[in-house]
Amino acid sequence: MLITRKVEFSAAHVCRNPQLDDEQNRALYGPASNPHGHGHNYVVEVTLRGDPDPVTGMVLDLKDLKAILNREIVEPYDHRFLNYEAPPFDRIPPTTENIAREIWRRIEPQLRMPRSRLDSVRVYETHDLYVDYFGEDGPK
Amino acid sequence: MYRTTRQYRFAASHRLHSSELTDEENRRVYGKCNNPFGHGHNYVLDVSARGPVDEQTGWAVDVRKLDNLVTRQVLEPFDHRNLNEDAPAFRDIPPTTENLGVEICRRLKRNWKELFPGKWPKLEKIRIAETAKNIFEVEADEVE
Repeated sequence: MLITRKVEFSAAHVCRNPQLDDEQNRALYGPASNPHGHGHNYVVEVTLRGDPDPVTGMVLDLKDLKAILNREIVEPYDHRFLNYEAPPFDRIPPTTENIAREIWRRIEPQLRMPRSRLDSVRVYETHDLYVDYFGEDGPK
Repeated sequence: MYRTTRQYRFAASHRLHSSELTDEENRRVYGKCNNPFGHGHNYVLDVSARGPVDEQTGWAVDVRKLDNLVTRQVLEPFDHRNLNEDAPAFRDIPPTTENLGVEICRRLKRNWKELFPGKWPKLEKIRIAETAKNIFEVEADEVE
């Protein structure tokens, strides 16, 4: 069984690889490389796979999941400029793919529950563009 | 591994009518969708591609290339068109959303390597909604 919890955060970012110069970044990312940054209302869907506990009927307590997502996603990212305030995005570009992987890295160890584990992280940058990440060992 | 999904919209008209059936049978099978004057939908298309992240760009899929491909292969031929009259694929088969989904998936798969010549990203599937209530998915492995 899959269960999904959604959280949202609003943040600024600039798509910029610090290993490239200004001109290379402009060529690669276009308007998204504007050094002053721009922003999105990100929507994150965290999906767990597991079986309901026969006594409680729950895969896990959603209050616990909500607390983890607030601590690991909303608090560090909401109303922040990701490149300046949320490592590792000072070193790697905060593309939707890299944000999905970083969220996975932050929450996955805390979601190894007796009856469930993290299945995927979906990050919407806009309503018409999103990325699903399945972990390093996810289905090829 | 990452799956990137991009959403597109187009509006088109169609009439569901099979040349293999009589007029009476067409009316019975397709009901109001068989109206001879046709009708239209705002189609919503989700295109999903799978691949690893390119370390330099931080992207698994260059969305600008995907937009280019979908614009040429889907939006230009189908947006603001009559599928029965304007799309050769539906000259002999009815433009149901099942058939439209297969045609779109086939067009993207056949032309994929022009824009994505490497091993990754791979086209994984398309999902097409005819209305908010009728949704169809076609896996790239299902089409040629």
